[in-house]
Amino acid sequence: MMSGLLGKKIGMTNVFASDGQLVPVTVLQVGPCVVTQIKTEETDGYAALQLGFDEKPVERLNKPIAGHLKKASDKGFRVLREFREDSIEDIETGATIGADMFSVGDKVTVTGISKGRGFQGTIKRHGFSRGPETHGNRNHRKPGSIGNSAWPAKVIKGKRMPGHKGVDRVTVKNLTIVDIKHDDNLILVKGAVPGFNTGVVEVRKTDVNK
Amino acid sequence: MTANLIQKIEREQMRLDIPDFDSGDTVKVHVKIREGEKERIQIFQGVVIKKTKGLSNARFTVRKISGGVGVERIFPLYSPAIDKVDVVTRGRVRRSKLYYLKNLRGKAARIKEKRFA
Repeated sequence: MMSGLLGKKIGMTNVFASDGQLVPVTVLQVGPCVVTQIKTEETDGYAALQLGFDEKPVERLNKPIAGHLKKASDKGFRVLREFREDSIEDIETGATIGADMFSVGDKVTVTGISKGRGFQGTIKRHGFSRGPETHGNRNHRKPGSIGNSAWPAKVIKGKRMPGHKGVDRVTVKNLTIVDIKHDDNLILVKGAVPGFNTGVVEVRKTDVNK
Repeated sequence: MTANLIQKIEREQMRLDIPDFDSGDTVKVHVKIREGEKERIQIFQGVVIKKTKGLSNARFTVRKISGGVGVERIFPLYSPAIDKVDVVTRGRVRRSKLYYLKNLRGKAARIKEKRFA
C-alpha cells in the first residue's frame, strides 16, 4: 500500500459540519503524483517509491533527470521525493496516484517547510518568558543568564539563543480529513499545516499501530 | 488558480434558500438546536444590525431586547444550523452598521418601516 503523497498547500478556509459547526480546514492539492522509480530490498537495500509532482516541460529538465524520468513518464516534474514503504505491491512505474488513496475520516501526517521569520529573539524563537515592562526594569526581552561562571567556564553547546527562525522541516500529526474533492485532487484537513500557500507538503497516512 | 480552488469550495457551501434582507430589517431566525438525540427549532427574532460580506463566510448580527437586556447573536448566513429566516419588516435606515442602536433604549431604538411607493 501507498504510505503517502506529495502535495501543495492551497490555503485555509472553513466548512460547515453536518451539525452546523464551522470547522477550520486547510486545503491541500495532493497529486496527481507519478511513480518515477520503485526501489526494492533486493536492488537498493530498502523499499521505497519515488514520486514526481508538479509538472514541468521536458525541455526545462537537465539531461540526467530527463533520462531518469524517460521510463516513467513523458512529462517532467518540479519535485521528486521518496516515500519509504513496508512492502510494494501492485504498483508499476508510471502509475498516477491522486486523492483517491485517502478517505474521509482518515488521520494524516503532514510535513512541510515552515514560513521564514528571519533573525528572532529567544521569546519568539524558543518561547522564553519576558521581563516586566515597567517599575524601573530594564530586562525586557533579554535571554537572561546563559550559564555558570568558573565552571564550566563556557556556554554549554545547544544553549537556546537568538537566531534564525523558520524555514525548518515541520511535521504535524493526526490531522483529520474532513472532505475530499476528487475532481481537483483536493483534500480538506482539519487544522493548520506548516508553510506558505503553494508550498510543497508531504501527506502521509498516520499509522495508528506505531 | 489557488484562490479559485478555495472560492470553489466556499461557493459549494452557500445556500440559495436564504431570503434577501439587509440591516434594519426585523427577522425571525429559526435555529436548529440539538438536545441529546432530539432536535428542535428555536426562534430568535430581532433587528439585523450588521451584515458582513463573503462567500461561505458571510455573517449577520441580530439584536433583540430580552428581559430588559440587549442580546446580540451572530449567525453564519449559510449555516446548516439555520432552518429558515423569515423577514418580518423592512426597516428604513441610513447606514449599513446600526451600532448606534446599542446606546438607545425603548422608543428611541425603534426603526421606521420602509415605505414602498
